[in-house]
Amino acid sequence: MTNEYLIAGFGGQGLLFAGKFLVNKGMMEGKEVSWLPSYGPEMRGGTANCSVIISDDPVGSPIVSKPNVLMVMNLPSLDKYENDVKAGGKIFVDSSLIERKVQRTDVEAFYVPATQMASDAGLTGLANMILAGKILKELGEFEDEEAVAASLKKVVSVKHPEMYEKNLTALKMGRDY
Amino acid sequence: MAEKVLMKGNEAIAEAAIEAGCRHYFGYPITPQTEVAAYMSKRMPKIGGTFLQAESEIAAINMVYGVASTGKRVMTSSSSPGISLKAEGLSYLAGADLPALVVNVQRGGPGLGGIQPSQSDYFQATKGGGHGDYRMIVLAPASVQEMADLTMKGFDLADKYRMTAMILADGTMGQMMEPVEIKKPENQDFDKSWAVTGTKGQRAHNIVNSLFLSPEVLEKTNFERYERYAMIEENEAMAERYMMDDAEICVVAFGIAARVAKNAIVEARKSGIKVGLIRPITLWPFPKKELARAAESCHSFLSVELSMGQMIEDIRLAIDCKRPVALCNRAGGIIPSPEEVYAKIAELAKNGGCDK
Repeated sequence: MTNEYLIAGFGGQGLLFAGKFLVNKGMMEGKEVSWLPSYGPEMRGGTANCSVIISDDPVGSPIVSKPNVLMVMNLPSLDKYENDVKAGGKIFVDSSLIERKVQRTDVEAFYVPATQMASDAGLTGLANMILAGKILKELGEFEDEEAVAASLKKVVSVKHPEMYEKNLTALKMGRDY
Repeated sequence: MAEKVLMKGNEAIAEAAIEAGCRHYFGYPITPQTEVAAYMSKRMPKIGGTFLQAESEIAAINMVYGVASTGKRVMTSSSSPGISLKAEGLSYLAGADLPALVVNVQRGGPGLGGIQPSQSDYFQATKGGGHGDYRMIVLAPASVQEMADLTMKGFDLADKYRMTAMILADGTMGQMMEPVEIKKPENQDFDKSWAVTGTKGQRAHNIVNSLFLSPEVLEKTNFERYERYAMIEENEAMAERYMMDDAEICVVAFGIAARVAKNAIVEARKSGIKVGLIRPITLWPFPKKELARAAESCHSFLSVELSMGQMIEDIRLAIDCKRPVALCNRAGGIIPSPEEVYAKIAELAKNGGCDK
């Protein structure tokens, strides 16, 4: 079993952090994992993305070119990557930032107004984790809430322990949407 | 066994270097290796080490020369254009027989090039870069774990043979995170009786120098150095064999290219193509014996590189041009996709080794 995630949007939306959380969770569950950020000029103002692979087998190339999970937080990213998703894959769309629907009919699309939800809940900046929570739910990986919390604890900065509760709240909002 | 932690490749290099006893780092920021310097700037002051951001790459490599002269473990890191600036210092380190670790997290070139991953400094690393007859031990990690392990090994080899060891990584290896275990270094005693540490009135002066105006003396230092290089070629070449036992096509790739090639090989095997991979872990010494052995059973070779084709020359030399060697490459910061590599493998399988 291999899950290949592509997480894409604007720089500053916490895409790399969402990826880091997912990959850390995979590692804590004993899976083979890799995390690769884009670091090119597109980081400055354009699209940013990260490739995450969580697998039962050793990871070959860490570059995800055909994701089975795509999370997008801006329109250019959906335009760019929609056609790359494997048939039967899942696309998670921040519908408060992307107005259009997924065109493909051979994938599952999930629309979460994550940025709006985060803003309404006083969790501005945590739309990334709302979407991550939704992803875990739809992949059947949110059943063990303690494992989710333990993984989150590992990646939240020790300098900002207060962010742990906020991130956990955001994850649960995504799960329950 | 220590717990595995998620680290970027660049951070793993830095932590492994500290664990290996390196307490002196001199560098200058450049994408995509800046995390090495950033990590060192945080850690070194806490453990009584030196982190110094030099005024330039040239200054940094000469500071490395200074510390190396005292026999202490020392390193610098940079990316392609920065390594070119260090080339003079690399030659001087070789001429003075000083051990040091130099990291190159490659980006596309030539010139300032770009900042995306590349392997186009292969020639520079393995054939020289600086002037004069010299070699560097060149290690090519293909995972974050190897970024750490080969850093430690690089320090040991550098001390053992009194020469520079280079970690030749690329932007992907530097930027990606994977679980890594920073191992404990093996306790090895290396002869440092040559080091410039002050005589305390007890012994004759040691001299560290790369200037030998007498051609006879200079020739002698070169011959002696190459005897050491011959020992290294004999004893230190490393490669990973992957699905090679029954392979008829041998893919040769290092670093990120090897990771991509493995995906392609798994797919090709599903189609019944007998293909395997030899992944050089040391680029100098090049694993010639491993390739010569493969030339006996494989009908063709495929070099997968993020360059215009540099390692392919060493493959041809290693197998005495006995088999055709094809090239699958991208350049300028683009990484070949597994599909591109697969297509090339399938072509070789169909043509039985004839490239065109």
